[in-house]
Amino acid sequence: MNYPRRSFLKLGGSALAALATTAMWPLRALAAAVRPEAAFVAKDLEGTYKGLGGTPTASAEIDLSTPDIAENGAVVPINVTSKLPGTEEIYILVEKNPNPLAAAFTIPEGTEPFVSLRVKVAQTCNLIAVVKAGGKLYSASKETKVTLGGCGG
Amino acid sequence: MASPMRIRAKTTDGITEVKALMSHPMETGMRKDAEGKPIPAHYITEVTATHNDKLVLHAYWGPAVSQNPFLNFQFKGGAAGDTVTIKWVDNLGESQTEQATLS
Repeated sequence: MNYPRRSFLKLGGSALAALATTAMWPLRALAAAVRPEAAFVAKDLEGTYKGLGGTPTASAEIDLSTPDIAENGAVVPINVTSKLPGTEEIYILVEKNPNPLAAAFTIPEGTEPFVSLRVKVAQTCNLIAVVKAGGKLYSASKETKVTLGGCGG
Repeated sequence: MASPMRIRAKTTDGITEVKALMSHPMETGMRKDAEGKPIPAHYITEVTATHNDKLVLHAYWGPAVSQNPFLNFQFKGGAAGDTVTIKWVDNLGESQTEQATLS
């Protein structure tokens, strides 16, 4: 494997993992070729943006729907709809999580620039949607108040 | 991986809405068990969705995605009888693939 997959390496390069990844190669060619590992391991917003290749510009063309108050931070629904033409990627970030980047989606042509997911939110903070459209990064953010953290136990 | 993944896909006015509920613990690696020992990380790292053989959505996930992840997305061009396949791979190399027929 010529791409950095720290998590896999840590596990001592399990043969199973290698097999599973190899089987996905034909599809991978169409999608983002490499997991943005630097962005996933970053511990703050600045580092995450660096890993994604730049600081996004705020945009009103991104529709971010999240609850104002989440009773359970372990399951917070988030909907992102982008009205920016040429949306290629959608990232979901939770500002104050140990690693802000939660998910990175690639939107091929023919797929609506919309995703809906449930994420964990450790404490009250901004939920941020970053959209890559036409090679540029845009973002929208909204605060969610958490009354019970997502990392209990 | 006790229960299988559930996928629902429906086409309305040319847009196919896919809803998938995966069954996965999504452990962050930061929690500790009752004895104070860390619970090892176990989470889905990659999700691929295809319509027939065409890629319709690809995602890399971190451990911040909730337990038993729910994913919802939409694409154009689906017709009744087509298949939607969703596959996930986790950080331990486990994977699951499930297929649904469009209605």
